[in-house]
Amino acid sequence: MTAMRASSSGYLESLLAGQPRLPPSPLGWLNRLRAHAVDRAGALTVPTAADEEWRFTDLSPLTRRSFQPVQIPTRLAPTDVERFFLDEAPVRLVFVDGAYAAELSSPANERACVAVNLPAALEAHAASLEPHLGRHALFEQSAFTALNTAFLHDGAVIVAPRNARAAAPVHLLFISTRNGSVSHPRCLVVAGAGSELTLVEDYVALHEESSFTNAVTEIALADQARVTQVRVQRESGAAFHIANCSVALGRASRYRSVSVTLGARLSRLDLNVVQAAEGAECAIDGVALIGGEQLADTHTLIDHAKPHGVSRQLHKCIAGGSSHAVFNGKILVRAGAQQTDSSQSSRNLLLSGKAQVDTKPQLEIFADDVKCAHGATVGQLEPDEVFYLRSRGLSEATARNLLTYAFGAEVIERIPLGSLKTRLEQAVLERTSGQ
Amino acid sequence: MIRPEAKTLLEVRALRASVSGIEILKGLDLTVKAGEIHAIMGPNGSGKSTFAKALAGHPAYSVTEGTVLFEGRNLLELEPEARARAGVFLGFQYPIEIPGVANSQFLRLAYNTARSERGEDELDPLEFDDLVREKMKLLEMNPDFLDRSVNEGFSGGEKKRNEILQMALLEPRLAILDETDSGLDIDALRVVAHGVNRLATPDHAVVLVTHYQRLLNYIVPDYVHVMGAGRILKTGGPELALELETRGYDWVSAEPAGAAA
Repeated sequence: MTAMRASSSGYLESLLAGQPRLPPSPLGWLNRLRAHAVDRAGALTVPTAADEEWRFTDLSPLTRRSFQPVQIPTRLAPTDVERFFLDEAPVRLVFVDGAYAAELSSPANERACVAVNLPAALEAHAASLEPHLGRHALFEQSAFTALNTAFLHDGAVIVAPRNARAAAPVHLLFISTRNGSVSHPRCLVVAGAGSELTLVEDYVALHEESSFTNAVTEIALADQARVTQVRVQRESGAAFHIANCSVALGRASRYRSVSVTLGARLSRLDLNVVQAAEGAECAIDGVALIGGEQLADTHTLIDHAKPHGVSRQLHKCIAGGSSHAVFNGKILVRAGAQQTDSSQSSRNLLLSGKAQVDTKPQLEIFADDVKCAHGATVGQLEPDEVFYLRSRGLSEATARNLLTYAFGAEVIERIPLGSLKTRLEQAVLERTSGQ
Repeated sequence: MIRPEAKTLLEVRALRASVSGIEILKGLDLTVKAGEIHAIMGPNGSGKSTFAKALAGHPAYSVTEGTVLFEGRNLLELEPEARARAGVFLGFQYPIEIPGVANSQFLRLAYNTARSERGEDELDPLEFDDLVREKMKLLEMNPDFLDRSVNEGFSGGEKKRNEILQMALLEPRLAILDETDSGLDIDALRVVAHGVNRLATPDHAVVLVTHYQRLLNYIVPDYVHVMGAGRILKTGGPELALELETRGYDWVSAEPAGAAA
């Protein structure tokens, strides 16, 4: 045990050491935030299976490898990445191996919506960012979030002022270009009171090799703000992807998210939503479609901290080959969070005898006047459905693909961008045909 | 219509089949020629639905003995999809709901599979849309059903109309309709019957599996068969259905076996 801890903390130290030294910021609070994160990253260890929160996800394939930050940025032409662009999202911030790529981006700096790289945002809006940056995605106990925060430099920032309505979704595109590279993508979304915006967080790769993405996103919704977030992880099948998304909901605010996990040899998404004021609503949906040797772990926490909160959650896993899907959905209803209305559904489809799903709804309820429903199912394709399609002339393989696709489509359908939805549905169809 | 010179489509001899190890069909014989309409009637548990599903190749129904030839081919060695492509259609008693698969997508896939089987070009979504809407009009179906998931949230009658719509699109040589009339109100029954009658041309045949005589007021069969205990006990013309309506089924099984008309 002792030896393991030593080696895993050594792993984090090596990642810390490999990163280029950042110039100090003129903002004292930012320097202090980074310094504190460096301290924590140095003190924390990589979680092991002995840690309850990481019981099913063995990180040793990650820690066995060494990843280096990209020192000389890869120059990409628009033609290299245009296929990822979304028609509905003219505002776009592109990050290549973690570094902001101005030549590929089309930022927005308008009254209704600011979407710019973090250094530019800090110049103009430091005061409105300080209460949020590094304040929602806590890193005291999270080694990966501490690492990300220690390297805080480039990052996507979206600010919607009070009552602003962003006309179109904002596309945040994170591109991995190199084998053996590590990057620490960072997003911060500050939605002012009564504002409304949609963002797409999109993680892609231009290679089929192994790289390591360690992403942190913070989203703060002020009173009555509405934010829709679509998160797509379609990195290389050999990649490692660790992500923390932390969301704070103000009074009567509304947060919707759809997370789609297709890529990575090992992925872990921690999605933490705090209903920090009364009457907040969230709908959190996700689908993981994996095969081969992939492992996809989704941990969510919905923290009903105040009364009259509503939460809805549908999480689906489709596991083929020898893959392993993990879902842990914690619903916390704190004392005093009366009239909470929460429902959670975990539905899982096993496409092969070797695939595995571990699903765990976790309800912790400390209030007495609440409505909390949850359910979990793990199944295979319904033989009657397969037969029905075959009886109409569809081959068995086509019938199975169509049913698998339909299972995942229920979540993908909830993405409010037509072109992205179509592309993902196509990707799912192709993926299922390959299994 | 009965024509002595018509081609034999289906020839079933001494068919035995079981479900979960229990034998349901115990030596069934049936010959269906092109252009004919057959009604298979009988009380619950007589094996009507088992027969229909065994013909379509449902994996839960295993044929233990006997032969089934369809246009001279051994139907039993074909996978369900190959039977469908050869021209056998089963209208389900309980059509399956498939959440997430749009009805239009499903219908087009099935239709194009049948077309490419016949060596014809597939229709693109727009061409298919025109065709399917026209067929739906004949069945007095609301086009909204195209955008909904296959059978999901459909009423019993809507599901049955959707079965007939599939049949109308696929134009099978042999349609076996398993209790298509059950759960239909009189208007739906009329519409469904109209759809069946349109298919019943000299080249096609229809086998209606039904519990009640009611459907036969709208579709006049050439033959009426009475099933009991896994076999066909009696065969007659349309008048047999009327007799069953007044006298029930008990007298048929009381008659000596093999007393076919």
